Amino acid sequence: MNNPYIVLPIILQLIAAVVLMFFWTKIKAQKTISILFSVVAVAVAAFMLHDVWHNGIQITQSGNWKAPFGITFVADLLALTLVLISSIAALGVSIFSAGSMRDERLKFGYYPVFHFLVMGLQGAFLTGDIFNLYVWFEVIIISSFVLMTLGGKKHQLEGAIKYVSLNLLASSFFLTGIGFLYGLTGTLNMADLSLKIKLIENSGLVNVTAGLFLVAFGIKSAIFPMYFWLPASYHTPPPAVTAIFGGLLTKVGVYAMLRTFSLIFGGDEFMTLTISIIAALTILAGAFGAMSRKHMGKIFGFLIISHIGFMMVGVSVFTEVALIGTVFYLIHDIIVKTNLFMVSGLVLKINGSQNIDELGGLYKSHPLLSLLMAVPLFSLVGIPPLSGFWAKIFFIEGALDAQDYLLVGSVIIGSFLTLWVIGKVWAEVFWKKGENLPKEAKGVFYDDLSRGKQLSYIIPMLLLSVVSLYIGLGANRIITLSQKIAAELVDPSSYIQVVLQNQMP
Amino acid sequence: MELLLIFIIGLLHASGIYMLLRRSMFKIIIGLILLGNGVNLLIFLLGKLTKGHPPVIEDGAKIFTEIYADPLPQALILTAIVIGFGLQSFAIILIKRVYQVLGTDDLDELNSTDEEI
Repeated sequence: MNNPYIVLPIILQLIAAVVLMFFWTKIKAQKTISILFSVVAVAVAAFMLHDVWHNGIQITQSGNWKAPFGITFVADLLALTLVLISSIAALGVSIFSAGSMRDERLKFGYYPVFHFLVMGLQGAFLTGDIFNLYVWFEVIIISSFVLMTLGGKKHQLEGAIKYVSLNLLASSFFLTGIGFLYGLTGTLNMADLSLKIKLIENSGLVNVTAGLFLVAFGIKSAIFPMYFWLPASYHTPPPAVTAIFGGLLTKVGVYAMLRTFSLIFGGDEFMTLTISIIAALTILAGAFGAMSRKHMGKIFGFLIISHIGFMMVGVSVFTEVALIGTVFYLIHDIIVKTNLFMVSGLVLKINGSQNIDELGGLYKSHPLLSLLMAVPLFSLVGIPPLSGFWAKIFFIEGALDAQDYLLVGSVIIGSFLTLWVIGKVWAEVFWKKGENLPKEAKGVFYDDLSRGKQLSYIIPMLLLSVVSLYIGLGANRIITLSQKIAAELVDPSSYIQVVLQNQMP
Repeated sequence: MELLLIFIIGLLHASGIYMLLRRSMFKIIIGLILLGNGVNLLIFLLGKLTKGHPPVIEDGAKIFTEIYADPLPQALILTAIVIGFGLQSFAIILIKRVYQVLGTDDLDELNSTDEEI
């Protein structure tokens, strides 16, 4: 089952980035090419997911070196689902950037770097080798550094300092963890590690290694004690960049945790307890942070943290039921968070401010747009039939099964606080009378834009809203998919079997 | 040899973390560079040191019969050095730019993005 075509999502983004570089100053051509490539990427990812759903896990061994000697790329359901969802989010952002990014920023190569970032994401999802995962992480962070600082505004640079230094620190923790793993087992292939790590008698050493990975991925996904960089930096770049960051970057950390804790360090009591406490504190810290802020970007930034905590519930409990919740929530969250930051970008463009005290009356002035913005806001809370509701049932059921009442309580409180925060945003921005709107703001407002630019704001929001409606209404299908993925995570033997082929006993 | 490396790694980590805890941006970068080098040496050490046995198969033989130096950690370090070098140069340029725009090297003065609204 050596199928070279599974690296296609990576290659496609690479080609897109390289082609875009030839159109360095021709911005209009860049916009068209980027959107075209993103559409193709979604189609390819959908086709591959369909194929793997019917034919089982596919692998490719780079350079035809058999695992564990070469670098393996593995396309299983979890990886391909995330490739598909991230391609959809990337398509949305690609269209959104065409209208919302200033030409000066686009001239400095925004689009090529954006495609390099997506390439890194796809690579991280598809790789089956822990060192290769590190390399893809570096591709992601260097692209995100450039996107974050592009334009060089004062607050951007200030946010970037925190973001850059903490990410560099996380990388060295990750590398240390890899060094420990190699020293312990002598292999870097995740399937091979899964078999060899069980033979190590000194469980203390394995736990230290697991702790290093937890810190490294924890900084990237912004879990409890390591989240301070996120609300300080995520609202500083333009809304299109924040949308791709908020939707995808933190989720890569969660994905990496799911992979390493299912394949390599599974089922240790000490780690389970640690992660469950971290998950509870992450949910609460994020939710309380969101309550105390008035800037829309910062509110949504804190909500990212809170919802990362939800996903950690599955990582901690690690039963099939809880993992269904995590996978479902991951699918829902990527779409909704990307959409949310687009909403905050549009609000900024309409009114010239993101301070909810200064806003108001949006429902009166733009009723249809408000309806569109209501979809991501209320799917985040999880009002049925929108997405986000189903996953929480699985979280609570999973945590109840494991008798972890701390987690049950914090998931419920976290959901209520999210409702409170979103209710506040809705009341302040949409319902309140627009009396103290800012009189002077820089740039062109939404109402004065040309029809085409207005559409480039609306189309991606419409696209992602339709996807989240589909996730909510077609929950049956997504649950079936999540169930299959969760079963694979709990029992990774088929993954190991496919990767190592005939070398299994 | 191992013992010497252990001390060097410990020293690099300790001084790296000490520098990271300073308030100056410039010292943070120095700290990250020291830490990065400490980690690279750590991988080198954990890959086990073998003296005088290069990973080359003798003429006529098909497999290794004796012990040999593992080339993989060295390949890993090489990759990590290259990546780290790129990231560090980005960070140094970023810091220079931040210093030019904001006119300060003190991290305690870089907190306007954390402030309320």
